[in-house]
Amino acid sequence: MPSAETLREVERVMVICNACRYCEGFCAVFPAMELRRTFSDQDLRYLANLCHDCRGCYYACPYAPPHEFSVNVPKALGELRVEDYRECSWPGTLAHLFPRNGVAVALITTVSVTVVLLLTLWGNGPSVFFGIHIGVNAFYRVIPYPTMVLSISALALLVLVAVLKGVGNLCRQTDSTVRELTDPHANIRAIGDVLRLRYLDGGGHGCNYPDDRFSMIRRWYHHLVFYGFMLCLAATSVAMIYEHLLHWSAPYPYLSLPVVLGTVGGTALLIGTVGLLYLKLRMDRAPATSKARGMDIAFILVLFLTSLTGLILLALRTTPAMGTLLALHIGIVVGLFITMPYGKFIHSVHRYVALVRSALDQSRTKQ
Amino acid sequence: MVSNRHSSVDLSQTFDVLVVGGGNAALCAAITAREAGGAVLMLESAPKEFRGGNSRHTRNLRYLHKRENNYLTGPYLEDEFWADLLQVTEGQTNEYLARFTIRQSNDIGLWMAHHGCVFQPALRGTLHLARTNAFFLGGGKGLINAYYATASKLRVDVLYDAKVLDLEIHQGTFESASLLIGNEPHKVRAKSVVVASGGFQANLDWLKVYWGAAADNFIIRGTPYNKGRVLSVLLDKGAKPVGDSRQCHAVAVDARAPKFDGGIVTRLDCIPFGVVVNKHAERFHDEGEDFWPKRYAIWGRLVAQQPGEIAYSIIDSKSIDLFMPSVFPPVRADSIGEMGTKFGLDPSNLEKTVAAFNSSVRCGTFDSTVMDDCRTEGLVPPKSHWARPLDTPPFYGYPLRPGITFTYLGVMINEEARVIMQDGVPASNIFAAGEVISGNILGKGYLAGFGMTIGTVFGRIAGREATRHAVG
Repeated sequence: MPSAETLREVERVMVICNACRYCEGFCAVFPAMELRRTFSDQDLRYLANLCHDCRGCYYACPYAPPHEFSVNVPKALGELRVEDYRECSWPGTLAHLFPRNGVAVALITTVSVTVVLLLTLWGNGPSVFFGIHIGVNAFYRVIPYPTMVLSISALALLVLVAVLKGVGNLCRQTDSTVRELTDPHANIRAIGDVLRLRYLDGGGHGCNYPDDRFSMIRRWYHHLVFYGFMLCLAATSVAMIYEHLLHWSAPYPYLSLPVVLGTVGGTALLIGTVGLLYLKLRMDRAPATSKARGMDIAFILVLFLTSLTGLILLALRTTPAMGTLLALHIGIVVGLFITMPYGKFIHSVHRYVALVRSALDQSRTKQ
Repeated sequence: MVSNRHSSVDLSQTFDVLVVGGGNAALCAAITAREAGGAVLMLESAPKEFRGGNSRHTRNLRYLHKRENNYLTGPYLEDEFWADLLQVTEGQTNEYLARFTIRQSNDIGLWMAHHGCVFQPALRGTLHLARTNAFFLGGGKGLINAYYATASKLRVDVLYDAKVLDLEIHQGTFESASLLIGNEPHKVRAKSVVVASGGFQANLDWLKVYWGAAADNFIIRGTPYNKGRVLSVLLDKGAKPVGDSRQCHAVAVDARAPKFDGGIVTRLDCIPFGVVVNKHAERFHDEGEDFWPKRYAIWGRLVAQQPGEIAYSIIDSKSIDLFMPSVFPPVRADSIGEMGTKFGLDPSNLEKTVAAFNSSVRCGTFDSTVMDDCRTEGLVPPKSHWARPLDTPPFYGYPLRPGITFTYLGVMINEEARVIMQDGVPASNIFAAGEVISGNILGKGYLAGFGMTIGTVFGRIAGREATRHAVG
């Protein structure tokens, strides 16, 4: 369970909000809150995961600090979210990665980059590692094909298992059932909410970043990161199909589908992460929890480095730097994968589960 | 040049329009005056965090509109608006100014939206107002933030922590204002002044002049900064008063609420579902007279008239889910006697009162959504609707105090928002808007969202007229 202190603060704030309800137009948290008169710990965790941190409610609140009620919804819910991620992580021992997540993610990524670099150098010797490789199978002369595919696939599988186990923990700990989560209508609605980032529109005018004014900027940066990430995944998937089904080997020409998808996605990811990082550093800290700062920044940076090294690799793939860049890129990707279930990435999973529940909640009340 | 945490302003210049206040009316005046070309200085007595007066706690505004729009579900025309106002004020209003206000509010939402206000459709719990009142997204503080942003874009000068202590007025003409910014005294000159600094409800000493020691037991629902300093200056310097000094907007709030600034969350909507007793454990008013939205604004006064200015609303477990939750948990007891003990009431008196109530209840079909046929027979005072015996423990109780929103004693104005002096002559360059003039229209009673109507209508008029006087 998250700490009693965090839960009681969220409960205190929600009781005040539920007696006010002025913010019900901003997002899904308040309509969900209004369906309850009292809040179980499970309810509080669900509400915390539903919050998109748009901050509309903070700036609109007549009870925000320095008022004696000191209502700070984004901060209270944000602190509970961090603890909620920790509590649901699988295996449980890795929950220790959450309290100082920025440091943990940085260390893991550094180690994985170092290991991949050293292994590649050691396995090839300097003449191959620093050599120029052109034409079919160029990459695999630096990192052999089976090594690359098997290690990355194994890692991806582990990540998937860890994430699914985490979802299992989340459901068990917050009283939702798999049957609820697989409701088709609720899922369609939740997917729509995700694809549009509906609740970063703050009731129509955007969320309050970096200051108290409404702006769509965070929504757009987040869209760039999300769709950029998706395009990169698509690029990788298409490349896999080429490789395995069509037996066309990488590297692919600049105008091939995987390269175009990867370039567009990588560029979007680059702009989006820089934008989000800028907002993180410039934003008003009052409605934010300091406990999420390291985690947020680490994830943004790892995504940024993934796309940056990928793009540089593309640009310099016919030069002697290719070996180093490939090892660097793969090292960062490995770091990203390892830390996915134990860092900011997991917000997408928790948020999605909450959105499905909210869609169910709302359709039940309409009936 | 004077600087504080948020702005720096040259106070040696003579401004065209000085606006005293920092809430809705003041902002409407300042924005309108600036758009008309005036150099405008706004003085907000609160620090920036608490800017906006009582507007910070509002949620909606009632305005005339001939057809439905995205936020209002149907038309609301002058005759109906006027009839609603006549009903709540029981005729204690100035028909000329009231109808003028109503007409001037026609489609005022458009002006508001154009100046930054974001409306939202009325959602759960407020549907009875969905046709007549437009709701601000995020409530009044959201509206105030938007107006301040607009004022800043227009380059209206704003000073926070700026308390006006005196106005220099010679023969009905304003010349300068003395003020404290933080603890530093300053003087500022302007060609005209708009006073939009609210009522005096946060000034307990002033309240005591009319209410005596009872005022110690009043809870002030809104801003602690409405001390009525400038209202008192205007009255001292010959402005003609309007409104009954004891009249105000007052509701019953939870007695555990903070003395100031508790806002909306301290209100209690449980009264129609149980009985309300005073400190002698006796009932004193029909709890089920009419729908709650039409009656909530009389209960502040009713409680204020009880000994010790306190009352207790008691319901049983049948009703606990029928009303909006409030911020403090109810006092819970397994018997009526225990409830009496917990509230410090004579338990046997409370038992007698509840027993008499229970035995007089004639209940057909209970329905909280209509004026149902559950009522008492032969009981004084009666309970006309939603009367059900208190017989299902646990019992729940809430202590009640009078919660003052704003006072109605103010300065008389004409339809140009010009302050009328004792001799009946309008001042040449003194204007007023908002709560400080609400007594012109609200003699008693209250209509939800109408305070913001008065503030917006007269704020705009005052800004326009003040600039016309200053720059011609």
